[in-house]
Amino acid sequence: MDLYFPIAEMSINVLLLLALGGGVGILSGMFGVGGGFLMTPLLIFIGVPPAVAVGTEANQVVAASVSGALAHWRRGNVDFKMGFILLIGGFFGSTFGVWIFTKLRALGYIDIVISLCFVTFLGIVGGLMVAEGARSWLRSRSSKPVSTKKLHQHTWLHGLPFKMRFRRSKLYISALLPLSIGVFVGILSAIMGVGGGFIMVPAMIYLLGMPTSVVVGTSLFQIIFVTANVTFLQSVNNQTVDVLLALVLVISSVIGAQFGTAFGSKLKSEQLRALLGILVLAVGCKVGFDLIVTPAHLFSFAVTGGH
Amino acid sequence: MKIVKRLLSLGLLLAFVPTPALASSLVVDLSSNQIEITTNFTGTNLLLFGAIDRKGDVVVVVRGPLRPEVVRRKERVAGIWINRVAVTFEAVPGYNFVASSRPLDQIASEETLRRLQIGSERLHLQPVGPANKALASTFRKGLIDLKKRKALYSGKPGKVLIRSEKLFRADLKFPSNVPTGSYTAEIYHFSDGKAVSVSRTKLSVQKAGVEAAIYNYAHDHSAIYGIVAILIALFAGWLGGVVFRKA
Repeated sequence: MDLYFPIAEMSINVLLLLALGGGVGILSGMFGVGGGFLMTPLLIFIGVPPAVAVGTEANQVVAASVSGALAHWRRGNVDFKMGFILLIGGFFGSTFGVWIFTKLRALGYIDIVISLCFVTFLGIVGGLMVAEGARSWLRSRSSKPVSTKKLHQHTWLHGLPFKMRFRRSKLYISALLPLSIGVFVGILSAIMGVGGGFIMVPAMIYLLGMPTSVVVGTSLFQIIFVTANVTFLQSVNNQTVDVLLALVLVISSVIGAQFGTAFGSKLKSEQLRALLGILVLAVGCKVGFDLIVTPAHLFSFAVTGGH
Repeated sequence: MKIVKRLLSLGLLLAFVPTPALASSLVVDLSSNQIEITTNFTGTNLLLFGAIDRKGDVVVVVRGPLRPEVVRRKERVAGIWINRVAVTFEAVPGYNFVASSRPLDQIASEETLRRLQIGSERLHLQPVGPANKALASTFRKGLIDLKKRKALYSGKPGKVLIRSEKLFRADLKFPSNVPTGSYTAEIYHFSDGKAVSVSRTKLSVQKAGVEAAIYNYAHDHSAIYGIVAILIALFAGWLGGVVFRKA
């Protein structure tokens, strides 16, 4: 059964889309991730124009992060003050990101930049996850006691000005830190069509030293606003948000996430992390392979002027 | 005065039709002048039919919409393939379909076919501004090859069936990726290698229904479209969360 999508301007098999959305939904339920970093490359693999894949995914991530953020908010796991600082940065970052995106698109470089971003970040994050998963698996076999660390180390980062107190996170740090993390993830969010949780979460734990309990909820909270900003600006500047495609993906991923959560509770967390790492690496390798292998068509065309 | 005028106009008419004895009457119609792209659009066929008044060949060319297109070529840079060189062509047909009653080279001379732009390789594509001739020619060929692979340009012409040397019909194929816009169908009647008659008819390809509404809204009211897209996502996410909790 094929459906014609008005912004992507192509027919796509709906069953294939439901399978992709459901599959990514299962994974996001299992691992507690947004799934944008898997969905955008998958959409590109099935032939959706990369610019449309990015714009549409930003829209889908809004929906995915709302349900997640609400669940965390009910449990009180959102540091609103921190989230607010992050989203101010994210707002500027994503606005700048969409501006870069529009420029690169006019020059014909956007597809390659999207792919390079995915190769880089999927490679780094996937690699780290696999390494971490393997290390904790080895540790659990040798059954040595895990060394207890201080809550966080003091570095030069703590000497920065504009210090602020974040009660929920039990932190007293410079506002410039979360602000710049917000800007960086915002830029990536705009260019890659992802929420950026896979970068935001480790950055909050390792750079800011936030307690893990509030990290995911706070990250999801600010992702709602940043991806909403990306959705809006991509709609205005590039008209690359396909609401129909986003809707099909939202429905299938919400259903998939239900099953994913049930599966996830049956697996050990280090197994989960290693599994997700392998998957992330595999997608990154595929994107990278497509960049290196001689393309079937060296030429491409685009209509210029108007729409 | 009236007679002079008439004679004058007759003279003008004769001047524009140098071989009036050869001119044939060609009658053509299309099963529809409008193609609507709706949700379940997977491409469509239109039936073109008509009559000629004497023995000959019929060639059908459907072409449209004409827009400038930028053609880019990937080159290997530090191991990866990147768009490097670009050439923009004026008035490139988004779609070019050809059908003929016999192989084109048996119907008319290469020169005639080239003049009438019959066949995808014979399209007159001009680069915008000053361009390197060799480069423009390579890019022109690259564009035509790519459009053929995407089924937007005809490679081998489709069939025009002629019955009892009088009636003819042709299936015009439009793939699912056919661009929207206005098209022209040109129908040529060839006799002894000469185009003795030509008929033109317009047709349009448009998005219709929900598709058209979404597409037009995205382009004409893009700010509101963006806000609505966000609201739908917020609502869907909230709804998903509620269902989730009860499940």
